[in-house]
Amino acid sequence: MGKGKRKVPGLNQSSTADISFILLIFFLVTTSMDTDSGLSRRLPEWDPDAVEQEMKIKERNVMTVQVNKNNEIFVKNGVVNRVIDVSELKDIAKEFIANPDDNVNLPIKEDYDIKDYGVVVTTVKHVISLQTDRTTNYEIYFQVQHELSKAYTELRDAWAKKTFGKKFSECDESEQAVVKGVYANKISEAEPKQYGTAQ
Amino acid sequence: MSKFRSNGKREMPELNTSSLPDLIFTVLFFFMMVTSMRDVEVKVQVKTPVGGTEIEKLERKSLVSHIYIGPPSKTYRAIYGAAPRIQLNEFFAEPEAIREFVVAERESMSEKDKPFMKMSLKIDQGVQMGIVTDVKQELRKARALNIVYSATKENKN
Repeated sequence: MGKGKRKVPGLNQSSTADISFILLIFFLVTTSMDTDSGLSRRLPEWDPDAVEQEMKIKERNVMTVQVNKNNEIFVKNGVVNRVIDVSELKDIAKEFIANPDDNVNLPIKEDYDIKDYGVVVTTVKHVISLQTDRTTNYEIYFQVQHELSKAYTELRDAWAKKTFGKKFSECDESEQAVVKGVYANKISEAEPKQYGTAQ
Repeated sequence: MSKFRSNGKREMPELNTSSLPDLIFTVLFFFMMVTSMRDVEVKVQVKTPVGGTEIEKLERKSLVSHIYIGPPSKTYRAIYGAAPRIQLNEFFAEPEAIREFVVAERESMSEKDKPFMKMSLKIDQGVQMGIVTDVKQELRKARALNIVYSATKENKN
C-alpha cells in the first residue's frame, strides 16, 4: 500500500554536545595533574642478625654529620670539626668525598676497578654517617639529605663532563653506571639516638 | 536589475556545529586519560619540605604508594590530638601496621612491577625524626626499600 521503502528518521544529535560537555567538565574538575616529586633514597637491607655490627673503618674515611635536637648541624671529619650552617655542608661534603688535594686527613684514594671501564683512582672507602636525634626536625634532616645529594650530583657531573664530555644526566645507562661507581653514594644512617628525656 | 542584486535581506549562513561533539569528545578523552581520582582523603596536614635541584619527578604512578605523616587536620584534631600521626590509605595507623600495608600494596601489583615498588613518604616539614625513623625501620623490615622523600620543587632556579 505504502509506496516503496519507509525512511528512517535521522536521530537528533543536537544534545550530544551538551552531554559530552557535562562529562568533560566533570573530568576537568576531578582531574589532579599534580605530579609527585621528591628525593629518592634506597634504604639498607634489614638484617636482624647484623644490627649491632661494628665495622672497622679508618678514621680518615669517615665523615660524621650529626643533627641534634636543637637542629644544629655538627660535622666532623679530618679537617672540619664544628657546627656548620646547611649552606656550607655541600662544599665540605664535596671536598671530603673527592679529596682533590690528597689530604692525608681526608679519605684514602685507591685504585678501583670499575666493570666495563677500567681502573680509577677514587675514595672508595669513604663513608658519610648521618646521625639524628629523635626530636630533630624533619625539614632540617631533609635539607641535609638534599645538600649531600647535591654534593654527589655535582661531583658526578664534573667527572662525567671531564670523561664523557657531558653531564651525568645526559649520559646513557652504562656511562651512568661508571660514574656512579666512581662516586658511589655512601650515606649511612644510624638509628637516631635519644638523649635525655623521652618525648 | 542587476543580476548580482539579491532580492530582499541577506541571510547569514548557519554555522555547522555537527563536528562539535567530536571535538569535545577528544578533549574529554584526554582528561579521562590523565585523570587520577583521589582515592583517599588525606586526614593529616602535610606541607612537604622545599627542595632544589635534586628533586626528581616520580614517573610511574602505578608503582607508588603513599604514606602520610603529619598532624591531624582540624576536623580530626578533637579525636586524635595534634601530635603527628601516620596515615595509611584511609586510616590513621601505628608504625606496626606498615608491614601489613606494604604486603597489601605489593599484592595489588603485577608480578613484574613488584621489585620497582616505591613508597612515597609525604611528611610534614614540622614533624620530628622519631616517627620518621620508626616508619623507615618498618619499611626496611617489610623490604620496601625504595623510598622517596616527597618534596615540592622550588620555583626559582
